[in-house]
Amino acid sequence: MLAMNYRGPFRVRAEQKPEPEILHPEDAIVRVLRSCICGSDLHLYHGLVPDTRVGSTFGHEFIGIVETVGSGVQKLKTGDKVLVPFNIACGKCAFCKQELFGNCHESNPEATAVGGIYGYSHTAGGFDGGQAEYVRVPYADVGPVVIPEDMHPDDAVLLTDVVPTGYQAAEMGGIKKGDTVVVFGAGPVGIMAAKCAWLFGAGRVIIIDHLEYRLDFARNYAQCEAYNFRSMEDPVLFLKKTTDWFGADVCIDAVGGDAAGNAMQTITGRKMMLQAGSATALHWAINSVKKGGIVSIVGVYGPTDNLIPIGNVVNKGITIRANQASVKRLLPRLIEHIRSGYIDPKAIISHRIPLEEVADAYHMFSAKLDNCIKPILIPPSARQ
Amino acid sequence: MDLEKKFAHIKGWGVDADPENEPTYPIKKYTGDDHQRTNWERPPQQPVTVEILHSNERPGVSAVFGTSCPPEGLSGNIRRYAFKHSESSYGHWLPLLLADRVNVVEGIIDDLKKGHVPNIFAEKGWKAAWKYNRAGLIKKIALTALATTAVVMLYKSARSKSR
Repeated sequence: MLAMNYRGPFRVRAEQKPEPEILHPEDAIVRVLRSCICGSDLHLYHGLVPDTRVGSTFGHEFIGIVETVGSGVQKLKTGDKVLVPFNIACGKCAFCKQELFGNCHESNPEATAVGGIYGYSHTAGGFDGGQAEYVRVPYADVGPVVIPEDMHPDDAVLLTDVVPTGYQAAEMGGIKKGDTVVVFGAGPVGIMAAKCAWLFGAGRVIIIDHLEYRLDFARNYAQCEAYNFRSMEDPVLFLKKTTDWFGADVCIDAVGGDAAGNAMQTITGRKMMLQAGSATALHWAINSVKKGGIVSIVGVYGPTDNLIPIGNVVNKGITIRANQASVKRLLPRLIEHIRSGYIDPKAIISHRIPLEEVADAYHMFSAKLDNCIKPILIPPSARQ
Repeated sequence: MDLEKKFAHIKGWGVDADPENEPTYPIKKYTGDDHQRTNWERPPQQPVTVEILHSNERPGVSAVFGTSCPPEGLSGNIRRYAFKHSESSYGHWLPLLLADRVNVVEGIIDDLKKGHVPNIFAEKGWKAAWKYNRAGLIKKIALTALATTAVVMLYKSARSKSR
């Protein structure tokens, strides 16, 4: 089969690999119809995530058709068209029982801090991902959801990560009616978080980024205020001023370790990798929120981090809520929101690229070329 | 001011607002299962057919795991060393980052062994860069060439002085 193949930082290619096999009674093999490149994949692509091995296939946002199922699979059957949440979850452990599907204890031997994720390094379990023609799906009765007949496939593929992550970012903010919500990062997840903040009754939504084309998109799509931090002397001061010198009620970090905006953080975190990425967005979130406010983090950071103003977290009595999105938990509600027209996920897809051109797709998304918001990869077998 | 009216133009405004939902997820979802610790009914164990390195913060491997790219060669040895240290230790993460870089060189050697000369330009997506950011690409190539020339010149002058 054709699959994306990681060769090192900033180097990927599409090439033939053996098709995946059933390795566990609860496995299924899914033929991929569409997969996305996620902003989180760029952390892997940039070499920021430890234990990203050469030869791996990335891709944790995909939909497809069930080709085969293992002997223990009860609900899913061959021919089902499914969307597959990015979390690999057993459904039985204490964490899954709390609907913490992103924190499953039975899907990742390599690390206890995170559950298994498709195509997201050995730190997240060493599973090959969906930027391929076929993918192995463990615990097939737990994660995958049959795509409703009336749902557009482009909406379905965005329900595997982007929409639930953006929604949960807003949900974890504990937004009260009338709250001012600031979202750092106008990538797909940040845009979705801004959009979803309104569903929780936000009174004002502000998004901060440094790329004008993304800010323009966010203004139109999420109907929010959008500001370029490059045009400000100090984003924290700007946000204090614009909130009557009080601070935002809720701040959302939708950036993670690849954040721009601070030379020291960029040099130590992104270039020299002396810390797990740049903590710029997190600094701004902590320092811009009101005392007693809530910071919600969905941006991906490396496993060990430092230079975080944790003293300010204590001094200000801030609540921090952070997690990988629990996709399965949110799907029923989000499917209804799409049906009701509250969210239109497919509108954020800007590029449709054949899987064969995966190297160009990664470069375009990483370098923000051609006003790329969200690229989607189509395998050759899905184009026949 | 009536917020409902103010935001009437935003479809779905406030549909998920729930003043009773405090604290929100994930605190709200606490079930008490934590106190059972790891005494849940485990799924069947996936057979370990390749070498799987597991965190020393757990007693063994999880019920399922990925089998891609088992540890091999020098990078594999560095990874094995890394897994002797806990996830809270630099002794774990820094060797893993080093192994990743060693693995890149191993990947190139492996390609050459198979008779495949990697097309670095294609792998870096320079076709897209040429199409959408030609000036940036030319600048990058020029700067790289300049830096390489400077290093070669410095090396040559250092060698001639030592003679």
